[in-house]
Amino acid sequence: MNRNFASILVGAALALASVTAAGAGTLEDVKAKGFLQCGANGGNLIGFGATDEKGEWSGIDVDFCRAMASAIFNDPTKVKFTPLNAKERFTALQSGEVDVLSRNTTWTMSRDSSLGLQFVGVTYYDGQGFMVRKSLGVSSALELSGAKVCTQTGTTTELNLADYFRSNNMPYEVVAFEKNEEVLQAYEAGRCDAYTTDASGLYAERLKLVAPDDHMILPEIISKEPLGPAVRQGDDKWFTLAKWTLFALLNAEELGLTKANIDEKKTSDNPEIKRFLGIEGDFGTPVGLSGDWAYNIIKNVGNYGEIFDANIGPSTKLGIARGLNNLWSKGGIQYAPPIR
Amino acid sequence: MATFLNNPTIRGWVFQILFVLVLGWFVWDIIDNTSRNLQKANIAAGYGFLERTAGFGIVQKLVPYTEASSYGRALFVGLLNTLLVAGIGIVLATLLGFIVGVARLSSNWLVSRVAATYVEVLRNVPLLLQLFFWYFAVLRSVPGMREKWSFLGIFHLNIGGLHVPKLILGESAWMIFAAIPVAIAVMIFVAKWGHERQSRTGIRPPIGLINTAVLIGLPVIAFFIAGRPLHISMPVFTETGPLLRRGFQTDSGMTIIPEFLGLLLALSLYTAAYIAEVVRSGIQAVTRGQTEAAASLGLRPRQTLRLVVLPQAMRIIIPPLTNQYLNLTKNSSLAVAIAYPDLVAVGGTVLNQTGQAVEVVSIWMIFYLGLSFLTSAVMGYFNKRVALVER
Ligand SMILES: N[C@@H](CCC(=O)N[C@@H](CS)C(=O)NCC(=O)O)C(=O)O
Repeated sequence: MNRNFASILVGAALALASVTAAGAGTLEDVKAKGFLQCGANGGNLIGFGATDEKGEWSGIDVDFCRAMASAIFNDPTKVKFTPLNAKERFTALQSGEVDVLSRNTTWTMSRDSSLGLQFVGVTYYDGQGFMVRKSLGVSSALELSGAKVCTQTGTTTELNLADYFRSNNMPYEVVAFEKNEEVLQAYEAGRCDAYTTDASGLYAERLKLVAPDDHMILPEIISKEPLGPAVRQGDDKWFTLAKWTLFALLNAEELGLTKANIDEKKTSDNPEIKRFLGIEGDFGTPVGLSGDWAYNIIKNVGNYGEIFDANIGPSTKLGIARGLNNLWSKGGIQYAPPIR
Repeated sequence: MATFLNNPTIRGWVFQILFVLVLGWFVWDIIDNTSRNLQKANIAAGYGFLERTAGFGIVQKLVPYTEASSYGRALFVGLLNTLLVAGIGIVLATLLGFIVGVARLSSNWLVSRVAATYVEVLRNVPLLLQLFFWYFAVLRSVPGMREKWSFLGIFHLNIGGLHVPKLILGESAWMIFAAIPVAIAVMIFVAKWGHERQSRTGIRPPIGLINTAVLIGLPVIAFFIAGRPLHISMPVFTETGPLLRRGFQTDSGMTIIPEFLGLLLALSLYTAAYIAEVVRSGIQAVTRGQTEAAASLGLRPRQTLRLVVLPQAMRIIIPPLTNQYLNLTKNSSLAVAIAYPDLVAVGGTVLNQTGQAVEVVSIWMIFYLGLSFLTSAVMGYFNKRVALVER
């Protein structure tokens, strides 16, 4: 609700800001501030953007921001997080409240073209699913005709839900809440028969239920949800930096560079690794960074695979398999252009 | 020239025109600047989005709406939902507020204490907390979707809401509604005739009785003449079959969703506490002499209240009452906290799906401003009517 106020502020800022005064580049601003302001998940989404009892943030979306901070400052702690719910996130980025939005946000055409923002890439290939109580005796989403479904407003989720039921000619009723705690609470209290969101979100949210084992996730995946970070349009340099932070994470995994072995690899003869580490060529200056920017990312936060495994991989509570998110060379679709 | 400006009328005009020009320039500059900044930030602008397909569902709609309807239609659905909860809320809050306000002045110690406690408690707990109380604490502790609590066999409550019989109007049902204004006209006539007769003969005909009969009788007669065009659809509750199919069936009866109930309860109970205070102070502002004079004329206490005190108190009550109505309407935007799809909630969704913050915010502002003006105008009319009774 307080963000309705934020929308008004955006309006006011847009109305009053002078047309001519163009701000300095985001990178310069961030360097001057001394930290990166990162828009993260406000609903404690385990594995993606969540805080523990001590207020310490974790998750793959969070680690992406830490990677950016490492590239800029060689210090993953130079990030401040702004928790944002689905409805608040775009205005927060537009108004400049955050420098980058890294919060399980689906890359869609309308968001990319008419919100004044730009998606950097895909950190997690996802799709939308449904969760129901096992006792409901339903084994497919196609049996949900007439169901009451809880979801969150301001998401692609509520749109896909409508599309899915409409195209399958099934009546349904949607109860849409603004905060995801409220969605989950409503589902758990029995206000709805089913709960729908990104499959990753379903796994994460199921862990918060009193008896997670009483609930099951239906097999259907009804949409494509490429989740990734976004920045404001109009600052190409910042956009490039964000993009190559993601590519560095992926390339490192492909090159076998990890947090643990990256120092040894300094002696490697592989020219690709040499370029990655900044030993050969200069890839830092053009993006406004030091030559070892990519090295700093891996040294501080690890490569994409490491981030995945630490936050959501098979050994975590979420236990998500790499699947589509494996590297292209290992049967997935994660692929990054080369550093050269 | 100098003499020109010395003329107060002309000077007045010059300044007014200048003021309007400056104001107009200021407004224009803001609009122009906003649209240029939006363009620069590559954010879509303009109201064209209102015609595009919304693509999301809404849980409560008073007019036909599907996912294929437009954003404009979605906003209209939200607007009607706001009007519904505010309208019913105002009626309930007024009824309860008058009862509590009068009860606070009761000579019965218990009654006045209960009323005072009501006012103190409800006024001092923030509205949002009360809303959460009704929605999350009360309406979530009722039976689940496949069970129910029934009252009188026709009202059923469960977590899906309050399930009640639904009136289905036949084609000629308009005759019944047409009978209502006719009945009201007759009632006004009867009242006039009664008063006239009372002042002429001193005998008061049973106006109340006749009018009640007219108000009920005419529509009932119309109902039969029209060929009984009303049907009742009872909520059907199924207890067998697949679990998902059990519970109340969607095409039977009417379901009042808990989000609406919670908001309505919170708004009307909360505002009633303020209205009670307005009523109490209005009544207390009528001098004791009026009551004593009425008593010495032989009026009974209830007559005194109805004929002497309340009409005078209304003059004092109506302006602050208007304020309470405006507050209730504006407070209804708390709906968003419990998923009731009012104008702010639906508008928020539209804003988020289209990114057109400036446009949606402007629609919100225009609507609430318009509604406030309308309420003030209606109440201003009533105020004028009662204010004439100057003593
Ligand atoms: N990927 C979808 C949905 C993202 C989303 O908001 N998911 C919810 C449910 S998992 C969430 O993270 N909510 C947390 C919050 O809003 O605080 C989108 O971009 O619209």
